[in-house]
Amino acid sequence: MTSPTISNQETLIESSQKFHAPRLIDRIFYWLTVLLSVGIGAVLVWITYSLLSIAFPAIATFNLGFLFSQVWNPVQDLYGALPQIYGTIVSSIIALLFAVPLGVGVAVFLSEDFLPRRILTPIAFVIELLAAIPSVVYGMWGIFVFVPFILPLLQGIHNALGWIPFFSTPPSTRQMFATALVLAIMILPTIIAISRDSLISLPPQLRQGAYGLGATRWETIMQVLLPAGLSGIIGSVMLALGRALGETMAAAMLIGNANRVNVSLFAPASTISALIANQFGEASGLQRSALFYQALILMILTLIVNMLAEVIVSRFQQVE
Amino acid sequence: MTNPSIQQDAINNSIAGDIVIRTENVSIFYGSFQAVRNVFLDIPKHKVVAFIGPSGCGKSTLLRCYNRLNDLIPGARVEGKITYQGVDLYDPKVDPVEVRRRIGMVFQRPNPFPKSIYDNIAFGARINGYKGDMDELVERSLRGAALWDEVKDKLKESGLSLSGGQQQRLCIARTIAIEPEVILMDEPCSALDPISTLRIEDLMHDLKQRFTIVIVTHNMQQASRVADYTAFFNAEAGDSGSRFGYLVEYDRTESIFNAPKQQATQDYVSGRFG
Repeated sequence: MTSPTISNQETLIESSQKFHAPRLIDRIFYWLTVLLSVGIGAVLVWITYSLLSIAFPAIATFNLGFLFSQVWNPVQDLYGALPQIYGTIVSSIIALLFAVPLGVGVAVFLSEDFLPRRILTPIAFVIELLAAIPSVVYGMWGIFVFVPFILPLLQGIHNALGWIPFFSTPPSTRQMFATALVLAIMILPTIIAISRDSLISLPPQLRQGAYGLGATRWETIMQVLLPAGLSGIIGSVMLALGRALGETMAAAMLIGNANRVNVSLFAPASTISALIANQFGEASGLQRSALFYQALILMILTLIVNMLAEVIVSRFQQVE
Repeated sequence: MTNPSIQQDAINNSIAGDIVIRTENVSIFYGSFQAVRNVFLDIPKHKVVAFIGPSGCGKSTLLRCYNRLNDLIPGARVEGKITYQGVDLYDPKVDPVEVRRRIGMVFQRPNPFPKSIYDNIAFGARINGYKGDMDELVERSLRGAALWDEVKDKLKESGLSLSGGQQQRLCIARTIAIEPEVILMDEPCSALDPISTLRIEDLMHDLKQRFTIVIVTHNMQQASRVADYTAFFNAEAGDSGSRFGYLVEYDRTESIFNAPKQQATQDYVSGRFG
């Protein structure tokens, strides 16, 4: 009765029909968000369509045999993707093998109370800074600093363990293994930052509960905190894997672009993105189509990784 | 202010039987802030002791010193002496992990691990080096916590799928699975409905045959129902203006509720404040 904006004579219908600027803005905002989300979907469809249509001649020519062929011969117009698929997957897996234990370990260290807060915060900041370094910088650093630095060690591994197929060739200056190590450094910040967030956000009652049962810190971390934070940790690993699979510049600079599958990790290799980066400039006709076919494969690979991540994360969240 | 020596005499007169935990002139600090001042309090074996008092009186703080869980809080410090079976709990040679294996704890909010019901109980037993039949231990612990019949068909399901009251009984089950001497309970029913609360109170009557129980509660009826002895804590403003907690009176529960010796206790149990 005392409200100044509602008069007693107006019915609910009448006041609902009256013009209100806030209500109009509400409608406009609704349609704006619809437009934007349709727009982003349209871009995705556009990209997928372009990939498919430009890759189509290569798909029609080579079929699925493309996936298993090691030939890349622009003169005879024969193309295959096996070395690139192999190199992309293997370099990413090796990168994960190094980055996951290291990254999760650092995340645990940073989420425990080992260090006072005023030291922790700058460390966390520096780690996130690692993610901001452009990949071409990583590539240059790899070529001029890291690979020469690590080559003697790899030579030693080859000398001692050369009978293992993975280390059977003398380490080349451009090679799969060193590339994977640089990739590992590049994806570390992702794993550390997201794993740490997931560990920090765990309720403190979990830790107290474990300590209250007489668990040591190690037992608490390994058997309670890490399993509880697993969905976030797996999410971080999948994001990192996505980055490693698609990483172009550092791989193109470091991996040597050898168009064959070599079991030895110390030999030059190739990845999908490195091949595309190297060849797109002078490619035309069927070669360009084959490059798009490769791009399509890479997109499907990363799509599978992302879907797997969704499935795994949601499965572990059900447990929680 | 209370006189420590008078208080100690009162305790010696009223507590019968073996003493498991002895609290001698204990003060607890967080940094420079004194949370608890000069407490003398003995916990007798196989009895239920309730800590009651208004918020901020330091009863939970003291409880957490009995299994050195306050070690987790930066700046927390204990003065005076807390002995468990004659051994100083804060002796540098004492490992807090060992303390917590003998003095278990049930928390205010149920905090089962995000594991299966079975593994929630097996976890504590495994880390304590239990070598016997794990299935048997899980069943025995769940029966001991009056939970077995409700969960026996879903031991593989997550502990978090249970209701709040069931979760709390699961937490009790995992505590008794490690066979501690003492079980500390920090307001174990404050997040539960009245029926779950009654079940846990019934449980405590059974548990004290085997365990010594110290329970912090805001609920005076609960203290009068479950406790053999009751300690009333109060808070008072100190010289610097910050409030500290202290023990006002500690006696048989009937005496505390029916014939308290201190006016403050009388006021509190009759609901005149707090």
